[in-house]
Amino acid sequence: MSKGFTPSPATPGVITANDLRMGHCVWMRDGKWTADPREAELFEDEAIAELALLDAIAQADQVVGPYLVEAKRGPDGRPEPAHFREAFRRTGPSNYFHGKQAEFVQSELEASNV
Amino acid sequence: MFDARPQHNEYLRHRAQQFRQQVERRLDGSLTEDEFRPLRLMNGVYLQLHAYMLRVAIPYGTISPDQMRTLALLAEKWDKGYGHWTTRQNIQFNWPKLVDIPDMLDALADVGLHAIQTSGNTIRNVTTDAFAGAAADEIADPRPYAELLRQWSTDHAEFQFLPRKFKIAVSGGKKDRAVIAAHDIGLRLVSNDKGELGYQVWIGGGLGRTPLLGQVVREYLPEADLLPYIEAIIAAYNLSGRRDNKYKARIKITVAERGLEVMRDEIEAEFQRRREVFSGADQDLLAALKTLYAAPAFRNEPEGDYEERRAANPGFRSWTDTNLSAHKQAGYASVTVTFKAPGQTPGDASAEQMRLLADLAERFGHHDLRISHEQNVVLPHVHKSDLFAVYQELKAAGLATANAGLISDIVACPGMDYCTLATARSIPIAQEIAAHFRARGLEEEIGRFNIRISGCINACGHHHLGHIGILGLDRAGVENYQITLGGDGYDIPAIGQRAGAGFPAEEVVPAIDRVINAYLELRETPEERFIDTYRRVGVAPFKAALYPADA
Repeated sequence: MSKGFTPSPATPGVITANDLRMGHCVWMRDGKWTADPREAELFEDEAIAELALLDAIAQADQVVGPYLVEAKRGPDGRPEPAHFREAFRRTGPSNYFHGKQAEFVQSELEASNV
Repeated sequence: MFDARPQHNEYLRHRAQQFRQQVERRLDGSLTEDEFRPLRLMNGVYLQLHAYMLRVAIPYGTISPDQMRTLALLAEKWDKGYGHWTTRQNIQFNWPKLVDIPDMLDALADVGLHAIQTSGNTIRNVTTDAFAGAAADEIADPRPYAELLRQWSTDHAEFQFLPRKFKIAVSGGKKDRAVIAAHDIGLRLVSNDKGELGYQVWIGGGLGRTPLLGQVVREYLPEADLLPYIEAIIAAYNLSGRRDNKYKARIKITVAERGLEVMRDEIEAEFQRRREVFSGADQDLLAALKTLYAAPAFRNEPEGDYEERRAANPGFRSWTDTNLSAHKQAGYASVTVTFKAPGQTPGDASAEQMRLLADLAERFGHHDLRISHEQNVVLPHVHKSDLFAVYQELKAAGLATANAGLISDIVACPGMDYCTLATARSIPIAQEIAAHFRARGLEEEIGRFNIRISGCINACGHHHLGHIGILGLDRAGVENYQITLGGDGYDIPAIGQRAGAGFPAEEVVPAIDRVINAYLELRETPEERFIDTYRRVGVAPFKAALYPADA
């Protein structure tokens, strides 16, 4: 399922899928799923990534179509997309402000009110 | 057979209940995703980039006001307040949750709508002319034939596992407005030399990665032989269509590889066998459907102050110049409501807009609405004395853009903003082109112009048929757009030719702008459309405009 690359420190990857019940994009961290792509676990080792992907595939009661895809390590150490398709999966469609981008604004507003 | 009236339908409720149980079995682990996927696809449920997508069939684009209100309800209750008209006269909802879709199917069943065979390797929604039953040039109304085909094909046991999806279009006008040549089967209603109605039958057309125009397999098929002949075509294809390679599985490849004559002989032999089995029940049904689609009680009244309003109101005049089509009934016109306002996503309709259209159809439009394959909505029967009132209400809802058939009336697939198959975005390109030519104030001067955009090689935006077609691709991780020139989906079907190397996203608008400037210089009269100029002078000057460095 990995899309044409081998996870390494120079080319890390994330594991992503869609939520079975709701359909939204999710990313794997510590064997669990988060809707926040900034929380995704960066895999820099091929063997560890493949084991994690097997774990993801086994969680078919929660997610659909998990795959390992190349990512970048951002300046803050968090993952960033390496390809525009993955960038759109993080942000939602570019024609409306009601995909993930809106959810992030909402979650940041809520965080700032805490 | 399947009952298609726009009312509560027990069979569809039963089908929705089946799907509800399938969803439950998927969630409790009884079904794997591999087992569930074909079941959800049979009910029009895809998993897209950000969410599930539900594609609802709008049979040959014909929809009643109550059905339209149900689409509005779905948009509001289970989606984000809007739906998307597709190039196959259907609607897609982009944000449903899997767990809500059974409830959506129940709501659809209450008005006779469904999502059956909107996916999968089956006979898909039959499409036709959005002006059926209204167009001045019509030989016969194609809807009874389209409905007969739909009832026959819905859940047809023999054709649930075809080599690939199968699309049938029917056209009743002298001018083809259903793109007959780009379908697996295209039917043109014609009269023979005795004046008897029948069909010219085309097979083997299609777009996608191997665009091919269909060929006439039978010049004249008598009216009563429709179902046995169509059955024979699909039965022959079902046996000889390739199942080893999904990209070579459509009937267009079967016809291209095996030859039209071989296919015709097989079809004719099968036709003779099948015709024996038909008892005439199909013809009884067809007669009933002709009654169902009888013309409404048209009003025989003067046009009122229509011409005075046109003279006094430039906005109304401009809208009537572009968005009306000739009606067979004196005093009437067909109204095209474009969903291509400045900045709008082509084909997106809000729940409020759907409700307004339902109201307008009831008050002014003989309860009739159509979805066109150009992603617009048509009110087929409006009396001219009512046009100003219709215009004012549309205008208040942002739906009176006077651009039907103009350069900003762009057809575009959802592209990578939604679609998991897409290789690039379509919607922003459409928005930028429309905004550019509106800002230049050139739309009316350019005149009839057809731009079509697809976000991948599967060609849902029918880019091959655009006067200018745009195909979005991924070139080394960057969106890149190929331009095709000279396609035509209307008068003389033609597949556009690729002009040359693709353009990065930010260079698409300047490239199209250069083509338009070249056209405006080359055309001999303002009436000469781009496609006419292209056919007169050839591709060279437009290639030179696209690639000035090479010239």
